[in-house]
Amino acid sequence: MTHSEKATRYIKDEARVDWHDKALWFVRQKRDIQTKKVPEWETLRELASQIKANVLSELDTYLTQFEENAIKNGVTVHWAKDAQEHNDIILRILNGKNAKKLVKSKSMLTEECHLNSFLEKNGIEVVDTDLGERIVQLRHETPSHIVLPAIHLKKEDVGETFHTHLGSEKGAKDPQYLTGVAREHLREKFLSADAALTGVNFAIAETGGITVCTNEGNADLGAHLAPVHIASMGIEKIIPRQSDLGVFLRMLARNATGQAITTYSSHFLKPNNGQEMHFVIVDNGRTEQLGRVDFRKSLYCIRCGACLNTCPVYRRSGGHSYSFTIPGPIGSILSPGVDLKKYASMAFASTLCGSCSDVCPVKIDIHHQLYKWRQIIVNESNSSFSKKQIMKAMGFLFSHPGLYRFAGKTGRKLVSSLPGFVLYNGLNTWGNGRELPQPPAQSFREWYLENKHKTGNKL
Amino acid sequence: MSSRALILERIKHRKPTICSLPTIPLFERTDIDLNTHFKEMLQFAGGQTVDFPVSDGMSDLINGIFPEANKILSNIESVKSKNVDFKSISDAHQLYDIDLVVLKGEFGVAENAAIWISGDTLFSRVLPFITQHLVIVLDKKQLVWNMHQAYQNLNIFPENGFGVFISGPSKTADIEQSLVIGAHGSKSLTVVLI
Ligand code: SF4
Repeated sequence: MTHSEKATRYIKDEARVDWHDKALWFVRQKRDIQTKKVPEWETLRELASQIKANVLSELDTYLTQFEENAIKNGVTVHWAKDAQEHNDIILRILNGKNAKKLVKSKSMLTEECHLNSFLEKNGIEVVDTDLGERIVQLRHETPSHIVLPAIHLKKEDVGETFHTHLGSEKGAKDPQYLTGVAREHLREKFLSADAALTGVNFAIAETGGITVCTNEGNADLGAHLAPVHIASMGIEKIIPRQSDLGVFLRMLARNATGQAITTYSSHFLKPNNGQEMHFVIVDNGRTEQLGRVDFRKSLYCIRCGACLNTCPVYRRSGGHSYSFTIPGPIGSILSPGVDLKKYASMAFASTLCGSCSDVCPVKIDIHHQLYKWRQIIVNESNSSFSKKQIMKAMGFLFSHPGLYRFAGKTGRKLVSSLPGFVLYNGLNTWGNGRELPQPPAQSFREWYLENKHKTGNKL
Repeated sequence: MSSRALILERIKHRKPTICSLPTIPLFERTDIDLNTHFKEMLQFAGGQTVDFPVSDGMSDLINGIFPEANKILSNIESVKSKNVDFKSISDAHQLYDIDLVVLKGEFGVAENAAIWISGDTLFSRVLPFITQHLVIVLDKKQLVWNMHQAYQNLNIFPENGFGVFISGPSKTADIEQSLVIGAHGSKSLTVVLI
């Protein structure tokens, strides 16, 4: 299904869409308050961007340096070219220790590799321990946001899920109570796990160590109790120096949730006494993205989620409308590189207002990349795509002309430069009798910049 | 070709031309009272601070805050462990019912109330996370302003290869964005400033 078709289903429940929209805008506002407290915020963004540019330009050197240091520290390092190899490596480590129970903390990479279903097929119990991830796991869903996995759910939904699976009181919906239920349930899982898997926020070349950030403490409870700690990381998680963490840790939580820092920023260099530690370094399409000059900057991403929170289309269409593991603006520039045809509609799930690029802590030119992907998709309309498919992909945007008040300079340029078959077609997928929205003369961004001092209100 | 060689080979051919690595300024500030700011930020992060009264004993102070704590583990000389003995614990799993852990903080960061706990001072790495409540004793003189200065302090990394910045008690907002203190880790954090 295209983004447009899924979104159309999602937005049927208007009250929920409204709630979702407001909840995310609230996170965006908390972010604004925190970032404004740092006078050097823009300098930090520039530094972060420069560090990431340097990382890509010397990625092979840094990866080998990281590996060498990690091995010196007593860690076993593995390399996986794709998702299958990543999953096989994890299974091999687990089987080698006869491990049957795995506790996992948040890792979008393992989502990307579909690790859970693979391990379950091989007789391993996998328990996601981040509260939001546990909720969606019990519901057989996927995370709808990279930082707030269960943001699509209401407390009543969670209450029902916990009642069914964890035996909590029927009808309970108090977040405090429900979190307490999950705490008890997951403590038991931590104490009985044979192995723990964590993601990696940053991997430091000069020390061979990794840094993992959580608010809940789940990564640490898993990693320190289990006899085996496995950490999976994409090749782009490397940073050169430990002191670079100063820049990234100042930005990550502020930009993600409006906290000054996450509760725990754990630095793992050497395995615990009597414990095994494994790092799995994964490519899975990242080196291809590295070769795409126009799109390689997407590899700077530190997964803060701010571009999702600020995106008018994400806020109104929900994470599950995007068929890729990573939704929102960043997902929409990563996914066409993975499968142009399958994810074509994601490149159109944006008004190109540019708000994503404005909030990005590593200065990825997200909306420009979206525009470039669209051009590639439209240009391939005779080979890879039928015109009809492209029209379908564009559906969400054009069936919601209201969103066009958000369109940015680039967005307005796009509408006026759409190919003739889009402007004058007989397919008219956005509904009979509806006209192509007229892009406003002034973009949302321009308007916002002009007006932000005048009003503190939600736009 | 091994996957390692393949990945490195691909990178070599596809990476951009060299971009230099910037030097990171310290962004120092002299106009801020570190102590006050640290306290404010800890409160914002859901924790509380207590100024250590010189006349009282530390043990009394902590017993006063947590009168119900049954099992207490401490790595501070002036606070005695209670109903549990380090020596009797051979496996970290035995720590599951610890009520209170009292730890020494190496230094604190005023901008975000993060406190560095060195793995070298931990009897078990899981200690700060598995305990129901956590107290960190921190020397006021060991406050720095920001994370850049914090990493200057970490040029010498803990020998045992683990360390963590802790800012506040464990928390989550995964259910409808409502903040709940006490997710998986400690349900409270008290910082005693000495
Ligand atoms: S693209 Fe930028 S804003 Fe979006 S998640 Fe990544 S780092 Fe954050």
